[in-house]
This record gives sequence, structure tokens and C-alpha cells, in this order.
Amino acid sequence: MEQLLGDYTFRTVALGTAILGAISGALGAFAVLRRQSLLGDAVSHAALPGVGLAFIITGSKAPLILMVGAGLAGWLATVVVLVITTTTRIKYDGALGFVLSVFFGIGLVLLTFIQKYPDASQAGLDSFLFGQAAALVKQDVITIAVLGGLALVVLVLYWKEFKLLSFDPEFASSLVLPVRRLDLGLTTLLVVAIVIGLQTVGVVLMSAMIIAPAAAARQWTDNLGVMVLISMAIGAFSGVGGALLSTTTSNLPTGPTIVLCASGIVLISVIIAPRRGLVWEKIRRTLQSRRLRSEAILLDLFELARKHESFEHPHMEAALLVMHPDASTLRRQLRSLHSKGLISVHSTGGWALTQEGANTCKELMAKRMR
Amino acid sequence: MSPIQLEIQLVAAVVAVVCALPGTFLVLRRMAMMSDAISHAILPGIVVGFFLTGNLSSPILILGGAATGLLTVVLVEWMRKTKRVREDAAIGLVFSALFAAGVILIARYAGDVHLDTDAVLLGELAFAPFDRLQIAGYDLGPQSLYSTGLVGLLCATFIMLFYKELKLATFDSALCATLGFLPGLLHYALMGLVSMTAVAAFDAVGSILVVALMVGPPISAYLLTNRLDRMILYSILLAVIAAVSGYWVAHLFDASIAGCMVAIVGVQFGILLCVAPNQGLLAAWQRRKRQRWQFAIKMLVIHLLQHEGTPEAERECRVDHLQDHMAWEKPFAENVVSRAAAQRLLNLVGESLELTATGRELARDAIVHR
Repeated sequence: MEQLLGDYTFRTVALGTAILGAISGALGAFAVLRRQSLLGDAVSHAALPGVGLAFIITGSKAPLILMVGAGLAGWLATVVVLVITTTTRIKYDGALGFVLSVFFGIGLVLLTFIQKYPDASQAGLDSFLFGQAAALVKQDVITIAVLGGLALVVLVLYWKEFKLLSFDPEFASSLVLPVRRLDLGLTTLLVVAIVIGLQTVGVVLMSAMIIAPAAAARQWTDNLGVMVLISMAIGAFSGVGGALLSTTTSNLPTGPTIVLCASGIVLISVIIAPRRGLVWEKIRRTLQSRRLRSEAILLDLFELARKHESFEHPHMEAALLVMHPDASTLRRQLRSLHSKGLISVHSTGGWALTQEGANTCKELMAKRMR
Repeated sequence: MSPIQLEIQLVAAVVAVVCALPGTFLVLRRMAMMSDAISHAILPGIVVGFFLTGNLSSPILILGGAATGLLTVVLVEWMRKTKRVREDAAIGLVFSALFAAGVILIARYAGDVHLDTDAVLLGELAFAPFDRLQIAGYDLGPQSLYSTGLVGLLCATFIMLFYKELKLATFDSALCATLGFLPGLLHYALMGLVSMTAVAAFDAVGSILVVALMVGPPISAYLLTNRLDRMILYSILLAVIAAVSGYWVAHLFDASIAGCMVAIVGVQFGILLCVAPNQGLLAAWQRRKRQRWQFAIKMLVIHLLQHEGTPEAERECRVDHLQDHMAWEKPFAENVVSRAAAQRLLNLVGESLELTATGRELARDAIVHR
């Protein structure tokens, strides 16, 4: 482990994937809240022709130039989706699927063109399909950090506006905020976050980097600021974890490992996150149904006792069994009521309310009347 | 045209048609992005099937892929029902996790066989004729023609048998359920078909291009008609055109065949988006222009009717007065008047305007009914 942390290549890769995870986590939070999770998928696929064109025009494989090309193509894709959904009756999902696949197809045609270039091997461009995190060098990490940092700064500067846009766009427009421009701005930031990750995790898996940390973070909090921070932490953690796992295991590609880490965190969060977690809900439901059932037994005893001169008149289990047919549950509930001192067992084997039990019943009935 | 060229076009056309069939329903049911999810998620199923059979064109692969496709649908449905993750995020999470698992399986256990990750995304139609189906020494043609043809036959049979049920479930799922037609079961059956189609087609065109062929021709057809049967027919026609012309474009530029097919799908949609009758941008623009004049003419005749026979008629019913009263520019007002005169709604007597009987009728009609 110590040796690994001292390893320069590993540190570069881990740092790069961590920064990437944090940035896509932050912007992904907004995408997920605005129900634009799949827009990330479309943009990352649609960026491919931009990469190809940037290479054909400039002949350079410098990450920044390819990223600018990818960004422009991704941005154009979001505009086309907007045009299709606003001018025709074709729905959002159809427009996304169409733009995603057609842009990608054109990108593939461009890549086959580039393959035929006499001198340039297209190895650098191929990595955009599946990503090549292991090939990250210092220069790439700096590019990722600078571009992502810029996106985060803009996010912080327009925090209030973006927050309002995400939760109540109608209210935002009633405040005469430039909603369409803000929408475009936030989408552009998302495009930036996607583009800087393409070369590292690839077009297909980039969408998971946008969705997974945010979907996991959503389970832990109801506060946007906290959610963005948790999402960034989960993104960074998945990045480092994936890099670590794939370095220490042979034949384990980094990008998919990062994605599986993030997906695992989503699953865990959905199950155990406090309050929203499925486990807690299950426990809450069980406890509540148990409480309701024992209250029902108590009230039934009260109702039976009212037919007699005193509420302490004992009733046999058989009488209660008519109303609560599951014998073992009934016995368990009676025992628990007894241990709480609400009912007492008579010498004949019958159950009777105690004074405290009768008071509880009156309270319960008053509460239900209200 | 050599027999091999003919066979490539035949395979391409069959794949395109087979994708367009279930694609039409996906688009109408607003589940176009499920084609994206399923076409990625079938990867681990195919890989496992490949490990079991050692053969990339075995029918077991189609079943394995279809099973993972259905698993995707079930998982998405489960995540959505927990209400912890929205549907769009659930789709993105499930397919990317499954795809990542598939890529890892390939990298770890199938590094040096003919199942590399590029083939998953890209496919290569040009190789389709070399993998031939031979029975008892007779050459029966390309293997992929049979596998996709079989799935296509299945799709066509299913759609024909359950046409009215599918139609009902697509347009009014609640009514479908009340009539006892099990829309949920139809949903899963359709998704099973989509999965099988995706597996059968993916060998030829690659996973993303499956999405293009499932979504592209149907949304183009959607611009042309309001009838389900026509939409299916037009999708098939557009798919065949895209397949054949895509092949020749690829031939001309020596580029990826599947990529060119998808580019043609994009061009088809672009053209139809502009020129489609009723739905197209051009038609919408013309309609808006026509309505603008119609509305102005209606306003004019109503105005004239209001003041007809009143003392101030001479002042009100003049062309130059319209500029003050209606806030119309002079050329616009003159244009409206000459259009109304051409339709014999009014007569220009000197400077004053007099309604004809038709004009009076139109004005009364407009006041009463609208």
C-alpha cells in the first residue's frame, strides 16, 4: 500500500479520477434533481464527432483541443434536443435517443476516416470510446483540474439562481430571472463536466459518473448544499477506489471499476441511508404495525370490559382470538402489553385491563376521535 | 453489384426493419431511452453466453442477451418503485452498471478472443457475409441474415397477433387494464422483443447503432402520420432506404457502413423535420403566417360590423383609421384590406370600407362562435 501511494503513476491516475469524480458529482447533483440524468448519456455520446472533427481540423491530439471539439458537439446536441422537443410532438426521450445515436454514428464515420490517415495512429482517439484512465499523465490532470475548477467556480457564483432553477423554474421566471439563459448555463457546465471525463472513463460510462454519485447522495440529505458536497465526496471516493482496485488487480480496466464502485455506493445508500433507507422504512413499518395491533387488542379488551360492572373483568384468550385470529401474534402482543403493565393476568387465566391500561385506552380513544 | 454487396445490403435492410418494428412502440410509449439501456445492458449476457458456447453466433447468446435485457427492465422497475431514485436516473444507473460488468468480464476473461469491446459498440456489417450458415454442406447465405430474420419474424408475428392490445396499451394503458388486457405483461413482452432484437442486431451494427435504428425511423415516421399502421409502414420504408443508401454512401467514401446508415437516418429526420406536411417546420411556419392574416381579416370585418350603420361609421370604416384603432402599420393595414377585398368580404368605396354579405356573415359567425 505504502509502495503504491509512493508510485508516481498511481498518484497521477488517482488524483485525476478523484478530481473528475468530484466535479461530475457536483454537476450531476443538478442533472439528477432536474430529471436530466439521461441528458448526460446523450451528451457524452454526442461528443464523439466533435473529437473526430477537432482532430481532422487541427491534426492535434492535445487533450484541450479535443475537449473543446467534444464540448461544442455535446452542446450542439443539447440544442438539437431542445429544438426537436419544442417544435414537434416528439417527446424528450425520443429526441435524446435520436441525437445520442445519430451523433455517435457520425462520430464513428469520422473515426473510420481518421484511421486511414497515413501517419497518425488514432490510438489517442480510441480511448474516448472506453476511456483510458491508466494513461492519465500530469498534463491531463492539470487540464481536468483547471476546467473542472472553472465550472465549480461558476456553479458557486450562480448558486442561488441554479438552486431556484432546479426546484421552481416558474417562480424563477416570475422574479424576472433569465431562466432560459440560466438553463443553458447550467447545461453548459454539465457538458464541461462530461467532456473532461470522456478520455478517462469513455463515452458509455461517463453517464454513470454523472448519475451515480448524485443518486447516492440524494438518499442521505434533503439539503442541496449538503447533497452536492456528499455527491462530490462519493464521486472522488469512487474515483480513487476504482483506480486502487484496478491497479492492484490484473486485467481490471479502471473506468468500469470506478462505475461499479459508484453503483455499489448507490445500492448501499438506497438500502441503509438514515430516514430514506429501505431498511429503516421496513423497520418503521414493522414497528408501526405492531403498535397498531397491540393498541387494537387493548381497545378490544376495553370494549369487552364495558359490558361488565368493572373494567377489571377478565376475558379469556378464546374471546380475543375471535377478533385476532393469529394465535401466536396475539399471545406475543398480550405478553408485551402485560410487561408494560397495561393488562394483568387473572387467576382463572383470563386477561383484564389494569387501571393504567384503562387510562391508556381512554387517551387512545380521545386521540382517535379528534 | 457483386453477390457479397447484395448480401450486405440485404442484411443491413433486414436489421434496420427488425429494429424499426419494436422501435415504433418504444417511441410512442415514451420509452425510447430503454433501447439505449437495453442495447448496452445485454453485453454481460452475451459475454456469459459466449463463455458457455464459445460461439458468437449461437442462439444461446440471443437468449442470454434477452434475459439480461429483461433483467434491466425489472431492475429499473424495482428502483422506480422504491421511490428513492427517479426513473431516468434508474435507467442510467442500471445499464451503465451492467455494461461496466460486461466490459470487465471481457477484459478479465476474454482478452484475446474475438469479442473485443470495439465490436460491441461498432459492429461491422462488411464481415456479415463471411459468417455463413451451412447445413449438410449447402451454403444457405449469411448467418446473421437468419438470426435477425428469425427475430424479425417473431416481432412481426407478435405485433400482428397483439396489434389491438398493443395499440390500446400504448395509447390508453388505464383503459387497457380495466378491459383486462394486462398492460404490464405486454410491457415485458415488448421489452423482451426489444432485447432479442438488440442482441440479434448488435453483431451486425453494434449497440449504439441499434438505438439509432430503433428510434430514428419511427420518429421520422411520427412526423408524417397520425395513424399507427401507417407509422409502422413508413418506419419500415425509411429503414430500408437508410440501409441501402447508407451502404452505397459507405462504399463511396470507404467508411463504416453502420455509421453511414445512421448518418442517413439523421439526414432523413432532418429533411422530414423541415418539409413534413403538417408537422414540419416549413408547414408550421406557413400555417402561422396564414393564421396571422386570417386573424387580422377577422378582426377587420368584426370592426366594420360593429360600426356599420352607426353615425360614426364614416370615420371608423376607413383604411387610414385602422392604423390608430388596431395599431396596425400602414402597409399591414393595406395588405389586410386588399386580402379581405380579394376574398370578397368587403368593398372599397373611395376611402371607406363596406362589408359584403359574406363579410357580414363571417363577422357574425366569428362573434358568436369564437
